[in-house]
Amino acid sequence: MTAQAHHEPGAAADHGHGADHQDDHAHGSLRSYGIGFGLSVILTAIPFWLVMTGTLGNNQLTAIVITAFAAVQIVVHMIFFLHMNTRVEGGWSMMALMFTIIIVVIALSGSLWVMYHLNANMMPVHDMRQMP
Amino acid sequence: MTIAVTSDSAAAPIFYEVDEHAHPDGGSTSLGFWIYLMSDCLIFAMLFATYGVLGGNYAAGPAPKDLFDLNLVALNTTMLLFSSITYGFAMLAMARGRIGQVQVWLAVTALFGLAFLSIELFEFAHMIHEGATPQRSAFLSAFFTLVGTHGLHVTFGLIWLVTLMVQVGQRGLIPANRRRLMCLSMFWHFLDVVWIGVFTFVYLMGMLR
Repeated sequence: MTAQAHHEPGAAADHGHGADHQDDHAHGSLRSYGIGFGLSVILTAIPFWLVMTGTLGNNQLTAIVITAFAAVQIVVHMIFFLHMNTRVEGGWSMMALMFTIIIVVIALSGSLWVMYHLNANMMPVHDMRQMP
Repeated sequence: MTIAVTSDSAAAPIFYEVDEHAHPDGGSTSLGFWIYLMSDCLIFAMLFATYGVLGGNYAAGPAPKDLFDLNLVALNTTMLLFSSITYGFAMLAMARGRIGQVQVWLAVTALFGLAFLSIELFEFAHMIHEGATPQRSAFLSAFFTLVGTHGLHVTFGLIWLVTLMVQVGQRGLIPANRRRLMCLSMFWHFLDVVWIGVFTFVYLMGMLR
């Protein structure tokens, strides 16, 4: 392969990458930050209100609802504050994020599941109030 | 770098690329920093898992309901959320190349971050004063480790932020400083994302237990 044949596309790709880099990491706009902030305030205020007033009455239902609000708010932060999308760094950022989410889900659900069953099945009945 | 090889038969010299082609300075910093953040995310995931497993073991000590003040947590959350949006304004000012505005918004962000830390330390001091120390129960050990690690991250973020204010003051918005501000932006917003998990799973869920 000649230098021209090899190096030209490489250089072009470099420039392309540099340009993408600038565009991808455009720092959002006032509008996108505003939308993100507005949504975050709403998504934070509602769970606090639900727990502080006990409006739903049922603790388990409240827990599920506030978990859903947290999940949505994390996505909102990812999109509007961290400017996450499938194009950043040619998709590698999203790839790393997906990998992390998979590991986190396995570790979290696995720990809670296994340890819950350990607690439920193997702990002797033990009254901690007898402890000094 | 290329090496020219002239052979007898070929009229034109053939070039072979010996070294890797040049990368633009700092071109891969964003991705690298993102991968660092993902590894940090794993640390927090493990601490959340620990808290999830141990969070109910009070050892007959104080439970979340006895310790947490949701008004204080709501105020803290507000501080961190405000600091996120003001850092966003600093980034917008950076995109327009306004050094003065960048410095002002960074200072405002630092103040909100400092307010967050002060409130958290006040809360910790209050808890420890009441005897709810990390040694008291597994719940409290897990709580102080998780929330404390987040607080430490905010502390280092603040140190980094002040360092960058000095850097921007000395050198202006040169490409290296823009890159650093971009990394801190990701770090700062990432901490806000972790805090969503903390206030939901530790404080709000704690009050529901």
